[in-house]
Amino acid sequence: MTTSSADAASRMPLSAVPLHAGHASGTVLHLDTPLSFWGGTDHHGTIIDAHHPQRGQSVTGRVLVMRAGRGSSSSSYVLAEQLRQQCGPAAIVLAERDAIVVLGAIVARELYGSDMPVALVTAEELAELPTGLAVTVDCSTDHGSVTLPD
Amino acid sequence: MDDPTGPTLQLTPDEQSMLDGEQGDGIAMAMRVVVGLARVHEAPRLVKIESAHIDGCLFHGQSGLDFASRLVDLGATVRVPTTLNVGSIDLLHPGTVRNQTPAEQEVSIGGRALMEAYLAMGARATWTCAPYQLDARPGLGVNVAWAESNAIAFCNSVLGARTDRYGDFLDICAAITGRAPFAGLHTDEARLGDVLVDVTAIPDRVLRGDLAGPLLGYLVGSRVGTSNPVLIGMPSETSEDTLKAFGAAAASSGGVAMFHVVGVTPEAATVDIAFGGRSPTETITLTSDDLVQARRELTTASDGRLDVVSVGTPHASIDEIAHLAALLEDGPEMASGVDFYVSTGRSVWALAQQRGHRDVLEAYGIRVVTDTCTYVTSILRPQAQVAMTNSGKWAHYAPGNLGVDVVMASLRECVESARAGRVVIDDDELR
Repeated sequence: MTTSSADAASRMPLSAVPLHAGHASGTVLHLDTPLSFWGGTDHHGTIIDAHHPQRGQSVTGRVLVMRAGRGSSSSSYVLAEQLRQQCGPAAIVLAERDAIVVLGAIVARELYGSDMPVALVTAEELAELPTGLAVTVDCSTDHGSVTLPD
Repeated sequence: MDDPTGPTLQLTPDEQSMLDGEQGDGIAMAMRVVVGLARVHEAPRLVKIESAHIDGCLFHGQSGLDFASRLVDLGATVRVPTTLNVGSIDLLHPGTVRNQTPAEQEVSIGGRALMEAYLAMGARATWTCAPYQLDARPGLGVNVAWAESNAIAFCNSVLGARTDRYGDFLDICAAITGRAPFAGLHTDEARLGDVLVDVTAIPDRVLRGDLAGPLLGYLVGSRVGTSNPVLIGMPSETSEDTLKAFGAAAASSGGVAMFHVVGVTPEAATVDIAFGGRSPTETITLTSDDLVQARRELTTASDGRLDVVSVGTPHASIDEIAHLAALLEDGPEMASGVDFYVSTGRSVWALAQQRGHRDVLEAYGIRVVTDTCTYVTSILRPQAQVAMTNSGKWAHYAPGNLGVDVVMASLRECVESARAGRVVIDDDELR
């Protein structure tokens, strides 16, 4: 393998399962372990979980890439609250079907017109999205993709 | 990669009509939420539910109130019998929840508005985390949509009614549409046992004691996570209160939403039935030593100091209140420095008054909390440092939520300690 995974991602858009429709561009924040929004982030989007390796970083405006969320159903509430205050992620890319994350996104769209997409990719594809990569996440009801902008 | 062309959600004409807004904007909004979740779960269809229990009444921020208020404004009402979980304030005992700091006042005002919004949608003012203690409860095989982790575990495991793990937002939308995604614990397959838990080595006397439920629940939840445990060796007459305490602790330390107790719970007449003929993925054997160790893990206080006792999480049943009254009656007074709380539902408390337990509790200075709970809102005095509880769930959450140290104890130890004004526990209860 001579090509880095980031280069591979830049050449070909990743096809994704759309878990929640929306469209956003941003810089990837790739979390090393799953994050619970409830108890793990504050209402301003900062990771406060004392045991999380990325503690202190902000999810605001980032394309949050993580295998799955974790923990309580109140995480939907916290994500919706961040999106209300415009300090939530720009998009979320997961490798597992996380209903709690999607519920927060649905509620934020209903109430505040949030356009934050949630996309599902494989674990291997997730690894091709390192922190710092600029990507666009696009999800309709039927199709989803994660691409590097030109 | 999942196949994006995989199972697609089929809606009935009535469900499609709700989604299309033909039955009102509030119903359409609720249906968008239910359908959105059904797609995430890859549910092939929705399932009709016969009741709902709503956990959206605790105030965590403006978005929760915005959501409920929007549904009210759009004219949504519940279409199945709907009970309400605890709120952030005690409506029957106005002085119970502190209301001094700006944060406390925000919770008080927002919390009351949130409770009123759910009532406006036609839900019953039950305000309890133990809806299974109310008059009507769903029977074996009935599909419902319940939120609140202890209620979910009890509903699936002890009643044999079927609910997946619902929480804020989805719960009320299921009540409004009368539908939930046909997925998870609504399906036969997901209800079968995964892990065998053998407690036959623990003496019967201990298993009948009131520490067995919370400590076994804590241990099992920690070990099995979100799998379905199957217990063997529990006494055939294990009480609902023990099962309640077990489920609440297992849902807190792990994420258990369905458990079986062979010979006790309705989908576990035999081990083979509980596992649906499959083999356990794992077998866990628990002993009295494990119970002693579990109590140590849940106990964060190290000296004998005691400031407060809190029992009734989940809400105390009428039997538990009668037990407390019996332990108190004709005994010495409580020590002056220890506040003693019991949390319960308003319907159980009404029954307790009829049966004369209120007089006994009041004579001993017991503070009764209804409609809410001591670990979810500002009730304990700020100076309290060490709290004793008989609840595995309370012990799990209180150190983080309230910043107190905890001692895990039986109800009898709680009363004896409150009388002594210091921690009095005896591990011989567990051997």
